Amino acid sequence: METGLLRFVTCGSVDDGKSTLLGRLLYDAGMLADDQLDALRRDSRGRHGDAALDFALVTDGLDAERQQGITIDVAWRYFHTAKRSFIVGDCPGHEQYTRNMATGASQAALAVVLVDARKGLLAQTRRHTYICALLGIRQVVLAVNKMDLAGFDPGAYASVVEPYRALAASLGIAAVHALPVVAVDGDNIGQRSARMPWYDGPCLLELLETAPTQIAPSADFRLPVQWVNRPTPDFRGYAGTVCGGQVARGDEVLVQPGTQRARIARIVTADGDLEHATGGQAVTLCLDRELDVSRGDVISAAARPAPVADQFACHLLWMGDAPMLPNRSYTFRLGTCTASARVTTIKHKVDVHTQAPLAAQRLELNEVGCCTVDLDRPVAFEAYADNRTLGGFILIDRQSQATVACGMLDFALHRASNIQWQHTDVDKAMRASAKGQRPQCLWFTGLSGAGKSTVANLVERRLAALGYHTYLLDGDNLRHGLNVDLGFTAEARVENVRRVAEVAHLMVDAGLIVLVCVISPFQSEREFARGRFGADEFVEVFVDTPLAECERRDSKGLYRKARAGELRNFTGIDSPYEVPPAPELHLRTAGQRPEQLADQVIARLRLG
Amino acid sequence: MPSPAHLDALEAESIHILREVLACFRRPVLLYSIGKDSQVLLHLLRKACYPARLPLPLLHVDTTWKFREMIAFRDRLAGSGEFELLVHVNEDGVRRGISPLRHGAAVHTDVMKTQALKQALDLHGFDAAIGGARRDEEKSRAKERVFSFRTAQHHWDPKRQRPELWRTWNTQLQPGESVRVFPLSDWTELDVWRYIRRERIEVVPLYFARERPVVRRDGAWLMADDERFALREGERIESRRVRFRTLGCYPLTAAIESDADTLDAVIAEMQRSRSSERQGRIIDHDGAGSMERKKQEGYF
Repeated sequence: METGLLRFVTCGSVDDGKSTLLGRLLYDAGMLADDQLDALRRDSRGRHGDAALDFALVTDGLDAERQQGITIDVAWRYFHTAKRSFIVGDCPGHEQYTRNMATGASQAALAVVLVDARKGLLAQTRRHTYICALLGIRQVVLAVNKMDLAGFDPGAYASVVEPYRALAASLGIAAVHALPVVAVDGDNIGQRSARMPWYDGPCLLELLETAPTQIAPSADFRLPVQWVNRPTPDFRGYAGTVCGGQVARGDEVLVQPGTQRARIARIVTADGDLEHATGGQAVTLCLDRELDVSRGDVISAAARPAPVADQFACHLLWMGDAPMLPNRSYTFRLGTCTASARVTTIKHKVDVHTQAPLAAQRLELNEVGCCTVDLDRPVAFEAYADNRTLGGFILIDRQSQATVACGMLDFALHRASNIQWQHTDVDKAMRASAKGQRPQCLWFTGLSGAGKSTVANLVERRLAALGYHTYLLDGDNLRHGLNVDLGFTAEARVENVRRVAEVAHLMVDAGLIVLVCVISPFQSEREFARGRFGADEFVEVFVDTPLAECERRDSKGLYRKARAGELRNFTGIDSPYEVPPAPELHLRTAGQRPEQLADQVIARLRLG
Repeated sequence: MPSPAHLDALEAESIHILREVLACFRRPVLLYSIGKDSQVLLHLLRKACYPARLPLPLLHVDTTWKFREMIAFRDRLAGSGEFELLVHVNEDGVRRGISPLRHGAAVHTDVMKTQALKQALDLHGFDAAIGGARRDEEKSRAKERVFSFRTAQHHWDPKRQRPELWRTWNTQLQPGESVRVFPLSDWTELDVWRYIRRERIEVVPLYFARERPVVRRDGAWLMADDERFALREGERIESRRVRFRTLGCYPLTAAIESDADTLDAVIAEMQRSRSSERQGRIIDHDGAGSMERKKQEGYF
């Protein structure tokens, strides 16, 4: 559908004249008001000591960037011509802002890539083009700038354009339109230049006025349910935005990831019911029967449903300041659906300049990796190349709630469909009732030497004496067997806690009361562990002993070794311990005997 | 003129944002300023939740210096019973007699608007406040997020804002944090007026030209809206045909001389206009980057 609205991004560095090009475009489109021009004249003089307009100042926004002379963040600008409206994302060029460029590109249908005619293709040109391709941009306008400084030479122009076409083709960008420009003077920006008669194509503005506005027309009907609207008992509508295909009243649909089917009874909008709805429209669907539908479900064409999976191959761009650790649990958001995700494998990372694959253990800020992602449950999705909404996801750090990655789903890995959950007739409730107890997991966390094992041991003895069925999973003991392959790096600690949590989960399923003693220094992993249990099955016990006291006791002699540099990555010394913000039980050990602490734990438990 | 289809696209995107707020936040509120952008927001919110009634309250932070016509308009709208209207005044500021005329724009805005807004948000425990700000209004807003995060102290930290990919927003909050949501981020002033015309949205008559009592002060036309506006030496009240491009506290809002007394005339005038929207806002001229500082302090 032609929307009359084109979103595009500009890529290039300050040196290439990107901000100047954009400022000039706004000027030529008649979008700069008199008072803005006055401010521009004032600012231009202040900075450069001459009266020439510095168009770059039109688009530089935040104080910090104006002073540093660089563009840090994506700035969105708005202009229109007689033909259509434009939203342009001005993306920063430097490598450390790769994430910002990805943000801009994620929303764009087209990219204007700027190259300095004298310099030709640079490593950063390759990087910008790669990021655009990665984020799904399939049409590029290549603006070869500063042609005046290259003597308006068609040969110089061709020596940029030809290799660029080859690069773009290798990255899957089908449409490249090249043109020579002088941004600072406006040649081929708002009107065709008389200084380069050898170029007889359209100017930049004309190109932007005629480029397709649609991002990726996807054929099959998809609507991710955003909000269930239930104002009265007799109205139940599923509100959301169509992100693929078209739907008509009477169509048969499937609610995914499940298998419930229904027909569309009404397509409701405030301006009256519709017969059809298509991509981009925000509507409310009513179905012809009562189904269990909630936010995050996808309503799909029944004849052509979306694939469903819980394990994927994807490309991941890391945006967090802290590195991505394999197997750490992150909040996953795809369209309107939220799940819990782990990156289980980094197959390789990608050199963003050369696109060469490199071996990697972790991903740092602005790095791209080809990865495997595992979810805690199946979701409906599409390959990113087919549908940005159902193929593009973000990862959120569980502790800071920051957005730490964006990912593009490539395809499902077939473990999900080949391995099905085997139903068993005897379930947790039956096993628990046979034992006459409430199965649960007591998770003791704290520094090495804090007294976790001592207290847990006392608690288990009392429970056993009362006739309860228990098991104590000790982190150190597990490292002799199940976790013998794991060391003490951050990556290994994440995996260590994951395995302990899974074993504890099985034991709770078996009906046991499980006591886990493991330092578990990171909040994210403790949250992951909590997520494996029901709300009333998990009791986090923070055994709080000051570091100085643990070090004074040093029953295993480990602190002495760590201080001597013989042990690396020791929690509290050269590896952090993140204090639990809201444990069920906070045991302050100072001045307390272990028996008193065990009493506190027992008092907190609901056993029967 | 761009095709009307682009208003449909903007409308759908704004509805999508509003529904995201309805689905993801515990206690959202619509910050209602009585201006044209607020009217558009209210209209979009009705569409977003149709056929349900408005599922969240409106909050007006009243500085006690709004145009009388604005307050009358607000009260008439609230009188329909369609929604719950909360009005918050910084009573401490009232006791201290804070006035834009005596204390200047900066102090008045800080106490009666910024502080008042924080008080109201804390008082009601709102975790998402929907506002009508647009990115095209001012340079520093060009980088504002659709979901803009505030610390428990309501501070805006440019470094901690989250990247916004596609339309997949991260709506997770840490305890005490809140978010300001701007569904009109991608709208321009012209889009707003064309949408008002298309959807027949009612706006305060101050946007249309009429003979009004005004005073020339510091190169701007100010309206003497009530008896608190004391004339300085040499000033006199004149009757001029004026209108307002933005609405705020009357002593801080400059009128423009205009004959545009209908929506068509206003839109035509804007397309000819050679000055930007916020020129009439006296607060913006404190220096380059002033809006950025105000935002860091919690000004909307």
